[in-house]
Amino acid sequence: MENLEQLVHGGLTAVENADSLQALDQIRVEYLGKKGAITQQAKTLGKLSAEERPAAGQKINEAKGQVEQAINARRSHLERIAIEQKLAGESIDVSLPGRGQDLGGLHPVTRTLQRIEDFFSRAGYTVEQGPEIEDDYHNFEALNIPGHHPARAMHDTFYFNPGTLLRTHTSPVQIRTMEAGKPPFRMICPGRVYRCDSDMTHTPMFHQVEGLLVEKNVSFADLKSTVEEFLRVFFERDLQVRFRPSYFPFTEPSAEVDIEWGREADGSIKWLEIMGCGMVHPKVFGYCGIDAEEYRGFAFGMGVERLAMLRYGVNDLRMFFDNDLRFLRQFR
Amino acid sequence: MKFSEQWLREWVNPDISSQALMDQITMAGLEVDGFEPVAGEFQGVVVGELQSVEPHPNADKLRVCQVSDGVQSVQVVCGAPNVRKGMKVPFAVVGALLPGNFKIRKAKLRGEPSEGMLCSESELGFSGDHDGIMELPADAPVGADVRDYLKLNDVAIDVDLTPNRSDCLSIKGLAREVGVLNSLALQSPQINPVEALHSEVPDIRVDAPEGCPRYLGRILRNVDLQAKTPLWMQEKLRRSGIRSIDAAVDVTNYVMLEQGQPMHAFDRDEIGEGIVVRMALPAEKLVLLDGQEVELTDKTLVIADREKPIAIAGIMGGEHSGVSPKTRDLVLEAAYFDPITLAGKARHYGLHTDASHRFERGVDYELTRAAMERATRLMMDIVGGEPGEIVEVTSAEHLPKERTIDLRSQRLADVLGLEIDRATVEEILIRLGLGIAKLLKNGWRIKVPSFRPDISIEEDLIEEVGRIYGYNNLPVTEPTGSLGLTVNEEAIRPISAIRDYFVSHGYQEAITYSFVDPKVQAQIDPEREGIALANPISSDLSVMRTSLWSGLLKTVSYNQNRQQSRIRLFETGLRFLQNDERIDQQPMLAGVVVGSQYPENWVNGRRMADFFDVKGELEGLFGLLGIEIGFLGNKHPALHPGQTAELLRGGEHVGWLGTLHPQVQKNLELNGTILMFELSLNSIITGYVPNFKDISKFPEVRRDLAIIISGEVAFADVERVTRKHAGERLTALRAFDVYEGESLGEGNRSLALSLFWQHPERTLNEDEVHSLFNGVIDALKEELGAILRS
Repeated sequence: MENLEQLVHGGLTAVENADSLQALDQIRVEYLGKKGAITQQAKTLGKLSAEERPAAGQKINEAKGQVEQAINARRSHLERIAIEQKLAGESIDVSLPGRGQDLGGLHPVTRTLQRIEDFFSRAGYTVEQGPEIEDDYHNFEALNIPGHHPARAMHDTFYFNPGTLLRTHTSPVQIRTMEAGKPPFRMICPGRVYRCDSDMTHTPMFHQVEGLLVEKNVSFADLKSTVEEFLRVFFERDLQVRFRPSYFPFTEPSAEVDIEWGREADGSIKWLEIMGCGMVHPKVFGYCGIDAEEYRGFAFGMGVERLAMLRYGVNDLRMFFDNDLRFLRQFR
Repeated sequence: MKFSEQWLREWVNPDISSQALMDQITMAGLEVDGFEPVAGEFQGVVVGELQSVEPHPNADKLRVCQVSDGVQSVQVVCGAPNVRKGMKVPFAVVGALLPGNFKIRKAKLRGEPSEGMLCSESELGFSGDHDGIMELPADAPVGADVRDYLKLNDVAIDVDLTPNRSDCLSIKGLAREVGVLNSLALQSPQINPVEALHSEVPDIRVDAPEGCPRYLGRILRNVDLQAKTPLWMQEKLRRSGIRSIDAAVDVTNYVMLEQGQPMHAFDRDEIGEGIVVRMALPAEKLVLLDGQEVELTDKTLVIADREKPIAIAGIMGGEHSGVSPKTRDLVLEAAYFDPITLAGKARHYGLHTDASHRFERGVDYELTRAAMERATRLMMDIVGGEPGEIVEVTSAEHLPKERTIDLRSQRLADVLGLEIDRATVEEILIRLGLGIAKLLKNGWRIKVPSFRPDISIEEDLIEEVGRIYGYNNLPVTEPTGSLGLTVNEEAIRPISAIRDYFVSHGYQEAITYSFVDPKVQAQIDPEREGIALANPISSDLSVMRTSLWSGLLKTVSYNQNRQQSRIRLFETGLRFLQNDERIDQQPMLAGVVVGSQYPENWVNGRRMADFFDVKGELEGLFGLLGIEIGFLGNKHPALHPGQTAELLRGGEHVGWLGTLHPQVQKNLELNGTILMFELSLNSIITGYVPNFKDISKFPEVRRDLAIIISGEVAFADVERVTRKHAGERLTALRAFDVYEGESLGEGNRSLALSLFWQHPERTLNEDEVHSLFNGVIDALKEELGAILRS
């Protein structure tokens, strides 16, 4: 049996020195395979007496187990090393930039329009569209701006011929929508509008959103809440808003809306004109076949570029239409 | 309207600061646009008297003056040519501080000592450009502080009046408004009729009473127009932004500013017998006061003598009939002209005058006589003369009608959202001059005064009450109302989804002008003419776009000129087509791509974008929208003849995709290969609502084949033939390789396809797939001349 101890010792040493999974497998065959050295020892048991056999058999099993355990431990060790080597070879420089398409962006005017549309859509307003080449009737006449009206001078109009023009505001869309439907109405009309004017603070094309609410029972007080709430949501700030009497042919009473925009040198509020609004003029209802005794309405209108300039700090209106990529990319 | 605060305060003087006053009128709807001090900041300037004026011994252009400041007399050297002995002038004494922090010190000029400075208007910071030393009235008290004497602690306030408020185009009207806001009565100057001193009257005939319902004339004989306008009047005019011309013009302007009634003075000797108010005859000519000759139209109301026009009514007088220093007798005119007759007429002649501004908006038709009396009195105070009787021609039927309007208290409360108590409403109405003709059970019957032509309906009165009560004092309430929810059709994708798709594929959205350069558009769309604007802002923005490409290519050029080589842009918006009488305004989606397909990166970042990159992106979009679009090789004048696809949906044209034609690209001076697409949005936004089908549990079978085929045969044809013969269980067909090479023979290419079959209810057997596959191969051979590659 001293032979067995030597065998185990030799096996364990060999396992210890095995430097690859193949070598380890070789050792397993040498000692534990069908013809392996330790397996062979079991075959000598037959030569022993019945009394000696159990003890000798147990010893052989122990020897087998010892070597087997060592082999398994060594295998795990070698496998771990192999994986580590593989991983080491696969490492990459994760700090290199990723590949693929970069992101474009929406035009800041569109981005602003979407925010305005979102606000009013949630409040139940529909979004209405209309033609940009308009007729005189829808752009002026039906909005209580007849041909001789001094307010026409407030609109520098692009004409194609005396009856056809580029709309100077999106109000004609309100007229068309009222003509086509029946009250009540809640709508906003976003879109391009055109004025024959071009300098530091005017572009011949710009964008407006005009809104209209027609109900049986609506008042100037309701208009105030709608406008105030919109401005606070748009600027995400609890800013002060004031309503200043003004004049538009299509609303009465009419107001300009000013918002708090910083402070004057003396500490008083600096007011900034931001939009116009008012109660729908009865004549406008008349043109659209709506009974002004039964229904009342309020309307408001705002310049989208102006809102975008204030919101994003853009200081030159003309940049919106240069479409300089270095400008546009700032809004993605 | 620009006015002097002091002048206003002569009429009504609330105990509030200038700033508070301006805030108050702004919040009443008369927006203050700006204000400026009527003179610069200065101190130490007194009324000086020139006791002597001698030539300077060493300088031809200088004079040596002895100036008294009331206490002592000092020597001052002065360069102005208008100084003379006895003249009263603003005198800046040694130690005075003039505008711009300019301190007056003792000096020597060409050897002569000078102690102080005689001042011109501009040196005191007055607006205007009067030359020479300012002359003060002969009765100015020597030694008095000039600031106090001229009441220079005043501001000129500019109000930007809305076109409805013609009643505020005068000190009187502004004062009325301030009076209402502060509950103060007005201090207006007394106007008394002037007694006639002779019986000569102008012969006045009004042939156009619709345009001129009221015309007043009066002769003022033997005036002295050498007489100077008094400084107080000059100053009020100056502070209102009006230059002093001569006494006659100054007085008419003064009455216009004070009362709101534009007036005119003719030289009686320069006009023939009598005055006729009539429409101009076609092609009649008139030289105006500003020297320009205009050809009149028969829509223009004129003041004429028996032969010729002498003024455009309510707009501008003629040069010939105007007053001059030699004028002896004046004919004064005060009239009410109809706003609609005058509307737009001044603009037609390229004019805009203080008179036309007022008449177009509506002047108080009951003001005419009072204004005439006021002007006569002021005129006589300055230029003397003997007044005659006023001749008045009035056509009552053409004057605006007296109006009464009922204001219902319930309506007032409904519109404003607040019940204002009766007493407050009445106080507001009465102070505004809106007389209560009758108390009604449910409100008030209001008599509208002649100075408020803008008030004609109940809402006008509601606005007046709300405005004076203060919009910011009205409550804030949430609108209530029942409204059906809006319907969104599921099959229609919102435009925002399309925009987001392009943004996520590296496109930047552009917004370009709807009007474009006709020269650029002719390159893009030579067969169509854009609708031309009658009054474009410039020639390069003069026709409406027929394609969004014009603006996008201009944007490419703009950016390429700014070192941007990789440009990917898209735009949505209308294009405008003239189709016979009809104008079609169609929403379009367009894009341009130039430069590398991907941003430069460390693997493969420099590959230029090509047709198939953009086509793939469009196919992705069509997948998103749930639509099937065919690409058909075709020709477009702006696109490369071999790289152009017409896009079709169910056989209907929906747009184009292609490479910009190299010649067009050269003409437009653009760089690189430019890929462009344009689609009709309405044709592509409606897709489908998904409809579930069972998922097959059975395996899919794939077969690949490679053919050599003529380059003339389009892939679309190969696909069509393949699909026709592959049977109804074909689930997919893909091209996985395209190769062109010499080994294939001239003009040939190799196509590798994979076909996929699957049956929903069973496993396809080998034989049936084999037979379908062979059928496809045979058909490709027979119908398209394909050769199967081994």
